[in-house]
Amino acid sequence: MNLLMQFLEYSLIGIASGGAYIIAALGFVIIFKAGNVFNFAMGEMMMIGAYLFYAAVMQLKFGWPVGLLVALAGSALLALLIERALLRPMIGRPVVVLVMITLGVGSILRGVAGLIWGPNIIPLPEFLPQQPVFLGDILVPGKLAWTFVVFGALALAFIAYYRYSRAGVAIRATSSDQITAEGLGINIRQVFSMTWAMAGVLAAAAGIAAGAINGITPQLGDAALSVLAVVMLAGMSSVGGVVVAGILVGWMETVVGAYLGAAWQSFIPYLVVLLMMIVRPTGLFGEQRIERI
Amino acid sequence: MSRHDIGRIALWALLAAALAAFPAFGSAYLVYMACLVAINVIATAGLNLTVGYAGLLSIGHSAFIGVGAYASTLLWLHAGTPLAVNIAAGALAAFLVGLVFGIPSLRIKGVFLAIATLAAQYSLYFIFQQWTRVTGGDRGLSVPSVSVFGLGDTGFYYLVVMLAALLCLTARNLFRTRIGRGFIAVRERDYAAEVLGVDVVRYKLLAFGLGAAYAGVAGALGGAFLRIVNPDQFTLAVSIFFLAAVVVGGRASILGSILGAAFMTLVPEMLRALLALSSSGGTVDLAGLLSPLREIIFGVLIVGFLMWEPRGLAGLWDRVRGRQEAIDSRPGAA
Repeated sequence: MNLLMQFLEYSLIGIASGGAYIIAALGFVIIFKAGNVFNFAMGEMMMIGAYLFYAAVMQLKFGWPVGLLVALAGSALLALLIERALLRPMIGRPVVVLVMITLGVGSILRGVAGLIWGPNIIPLPEFLPQQPVFLGDILVPGKLAWTFVVFGALALAFIAYYRYSRAGVAIRATSSDQITAEGLGINIRQVFSMTWAMAGVLAAAAGIAAGAINGITPQLGDAALSVLAVVMLAGMSSVGGVVVAGILVGWMETVVGAYLGAAWQSFIPYLVVLLMMIVRPTGLFGEQRIERI
Repeated sequence: MSRHDIGRIALWALLAAALAAFPAFGSAYLVYMACLVAINVIATAGLNLTVGYAGLLSIGHSAFIGVGAYASTLLWLHAGTPLAVNIAAGALAAFLVGLVFGIPSLRIKGVFLAIATLAAQYSLYFIFQQWTRVTGGDRGLSVPSVSVFGLGDTGFYYLVVMLAALLCLTARNLFRTRIGRGFIAVRERDYAAEVLGVDVVRYKLLAFGLGAAYAGVAGALGGAFLRIVNPDQFTLAVSIFFLAAVVVGGRASILGSILGAAFMTLVPEMLRALLALSSSGGTVDLAGLLSPLREIIFGVLIVGFLMWEPRGLAGLWDRVRGRQEAIDSRPGAA
């Protein structure tokens, strides 16, 4: 009985920590859907968002609600800048080139953060309730529980926006056929900008959540590998699948980490990615759009 | 033999003589840097086979270098075989591991393949770090010193430079053969290549394996040269370094690989010298500045060259000489 309770507790913690993955993975997927750009700088965008939050709250002394807004807006602005200045001129070039650009951008962002804030771990200000939440006899740490609630709401809002708003329809139209969408009067350049701005907001939110639990360093972006695992598991293009996959990967990481040790925990994402690549490259929920050969 | 040919042969002879005489005139530091550049040239040429010629994006190159380094060092430590055998073993091991991680390319392509190589990077690093009994974990393996041709460090310099030259020539000539042309065909139009009888899957795997084999040679040499092999030499940042070298030098160009590797190896050194010069006051934390600055510079070089000179330094070089290619075999701006 005790073992079962322990397992359930680990499971709940894992599911809760999947919240940040879901948010970041949505940012990944939306950029990929609209522009076919695979954004390897996503982890670094998370990291910068977390640092912006830190700078606004601790260095500029705004309260945390204002700091949060500043961080989200700043991150969106940065994403817009990246899209407009570096990726827009490259439209039509081979995909490999676009991906390499995002790798370069990630390297620059990492360096800039290291230059400004130094290489050491900085704790984020405490802004979430600390008291653990009890579900029956099971204890879930307060930060995790609340980030999961906030992120669940954010993810739902995002998915609803994506499904039902005019902008969401425009994004989906662009993702299914860029030329036709343009022909029907959708400004696809604006769609690209919009998806990047949204991804910026989502990245900052995920980055702040990750930083609130473990503190922030310029290497925070490495968490994006778990996000990558989520995206691969869900299938690159499935918005709904991301939610399921995010929870699954968060759960697996925590349970494996608890029973086998931290080293194995960090190995799980790669294992998921490799297995998915070999067994089912379209992911669990993806469309059959991956080109083979 | 035309006059033009004689001039070219003279130029190559001059270059060979300069490389041969270099240790006699250069300081120990310069010879050290030259060895490092030569090793990096080998690894960059290998990555260029995969990324530049065959068009398969690999973000896991440093892991294959690591496989070569560990394989050759372990053989050396446990079997005491001569250096030549170790290098060959490193190349073979990396080739095989490269094939394994190339397997996803049987089913997928493009960006998804890049993710597979990223997974290769992390999982191989995990093995290097965690399999303590064999790899020595974080502390790594120390490598005994080696004397090549009975000349010590100078002998090692000759070995590395000759191997680099040999492997670059091999790579260049590969693209005059069926295999090399096959790589380019697969990169440009894979369906058309398949229709024309190019076995796309085989060529992709081969491109992966060959690139990894070059990395393995570089790893074996690097281990013997630095006399230590540990996981921190094979991180994602190192893979990005080599990707930057390929992009900066020029994709699908062996001259580009040489220029890119030399440039990327020397830039951090110059940066270090510049920082030391500008902070002679002595209050600035040099090491703290150096690594983020390096990341920024690598990123800026990748982005800048892709945007403004997609053919890299090799393209600049051609432009300076006013030469236009008759056939564009490179991934162009289109």
